[in-house]
Amino acid sequence: MTKDPACKLTIIGGVDKDGKKELLERLDMRRGEIIGIVGPTGSGKSSLIADIEQFAQGDTPSGRKILIDGCEPRAETRSDPRKKLIAQLSQNMHFLADMSVEEFLRMHAKSRGRSPEVVDRVIELANTLTGEPVHPGHHLTILSGGQSRALMTADIAVISDSPIVLIDEIENAGIKKKEALELLAGEGKIVVVVTHDPMLALMTSRRIVMKNGGMMRVIETSCEEQKVCEDLAKVDDWLMDLRETIRRGEVVGAAL
Amino acid sequence: MKLAVIAGTPGSGKTSVLIHAAKSLLREGIHPAVVKIDCLWTEDDKRFQRLGVPVAVGLAKDMCPDHYSIYNVDEMLEWARDQKADVLLNETAGLCLRCAPYPDSCLAVCVIDVTTGPNAPLKVGPLLTTADVVVVTKGDMVSQAEREVFRERILETNPACRIVEANGLSGKGASELAELIREGPKVGDEMLLRHNPPLAICTLCTGELRVSKEHHRGVLRHLDGFLEYSGE
Repeated sequence: MTKDPACKLTIIGGVDKDGKKELLERLDMRRGEIIGIVGPTGSGKSSLIADIEQFAQGDTPSGRKILIDGCEPRAETRSDPRKKLIAQLSQNMHFLADMSVEEFLRMHAKSRGRSPEVVDRVIELANTLTGEPVHPGHHLTILSGGQSRALMTADIAVISDSPIVLIDEIENAGIKKKEALELLAGEGKIVVVVTHDPMLALMTSRRIVMKNGGMMRVIETSCEEQKVCEDLAKVDDWLMDLRETIRRGEVVGAAL
Repeated sequence: MKLAVIAGTPGSGKTSVLIHAAKSLLREGIHPAVVKIDCLWTEDDKRFQRLGVPVAVGLAKDMCPDHYSIYNVDEMLEWARDQKADVLLNETAGLCLRCAPYPDSCLAVCVIDVTTGPNAPLKVGPLLTTADVVVVTKGDMVSQAEREVFRERILETNPACRIVEANGLSGKGASELAELIREGPKVGDEMLLRHNPPLAICTLCTGELRVSKEHHRGVLRHLDGFLEYSGE
């Protein structure tokens, strides 16, 4: 963990795509909280995540400001990976680096100031999230979408162990979504997840609704919604099992 | 007068990053002038003209664009002074990557694209290793882990550089780069290059068309690395 883990992340609202003031003027997030960002395509979800990732200080098109514990973050926390407060899982599903899994993870551990021993743990953890095993000697560029996503998730949980985690869509990736989100959330982190996935959206405690580039409102997840989420988790496990059964070339059994 | 030399690999987004940085400078009341050096053709001057920034184009034609850019620095600075500019932004063409067209008293900026992979910083040479600022572009196309590995590789080759993560489409990183340009050094009277250009005075430079080694004179390097002098 970072020496001075953030306790509070604040978004100070800016403007939407038409330059109008955002309806949501301020939002505070505390440690241990999972917050969702929802809204149609093009509504500004990824831009909001990007604002948080670069600790915008009114210098991005939205004009938003991001505060840590009520203050503007120091410059080095914006750039130096060893001091970074943010771990990010982006929409990019594939690696471009022409390296083996092991070589890449070693380099990444070094960039984050961690010992090379963490490499085995990352691979082990990745293999709990995907049905297709990842080997240390695999070349990154041949990994499937599911393998890449599982590896990126495990890498964030182990190597980029930052107090704030940003996730831009985990769905449709052939990995266990619920386990992945729980793994990323860890202990006492602030997790912000952009999603269209009902289960992930309902796993959050609150969700920000986006429209036309602006933050419209915040919805608290009700008890009712939490129950729906539990049902969805069962359906999701079932889908994952079916996927593996079919992948193994077996015949599918009884209905749920 | 200040000078920033912006070099980098082809297609890395030098012009897009520079346009955003120029906008950022203008917002702060600083007047940039741009000289764009290219080999045969460019339309990038039109992109700068739209900002209302004075822009000049230099085409190196059959000369090496980096060499051309280096010995024309005085002329460029004189032109920029006539334009009443505070800072000259010199964007070079960037070809063989073996020349580093940075004088000592300038802000040397190397733009490199993260999608070229983590081995790319090892291939670039003095263009990267003698830069003050390394701007990494297209970071939105890879994962955070891959960006961090790329950054580590840059620091292995140039430990003292300042790294700026930029995006030529969204303008991310532009204000940071503009700030560095604003705080950059003033140009000196007797400027020296930071690194010598490659030893490349061979018969090809003077127009020899024949391929075989027997037709060539001067210092020749064999495939196995052996250096031979052929001539009087």
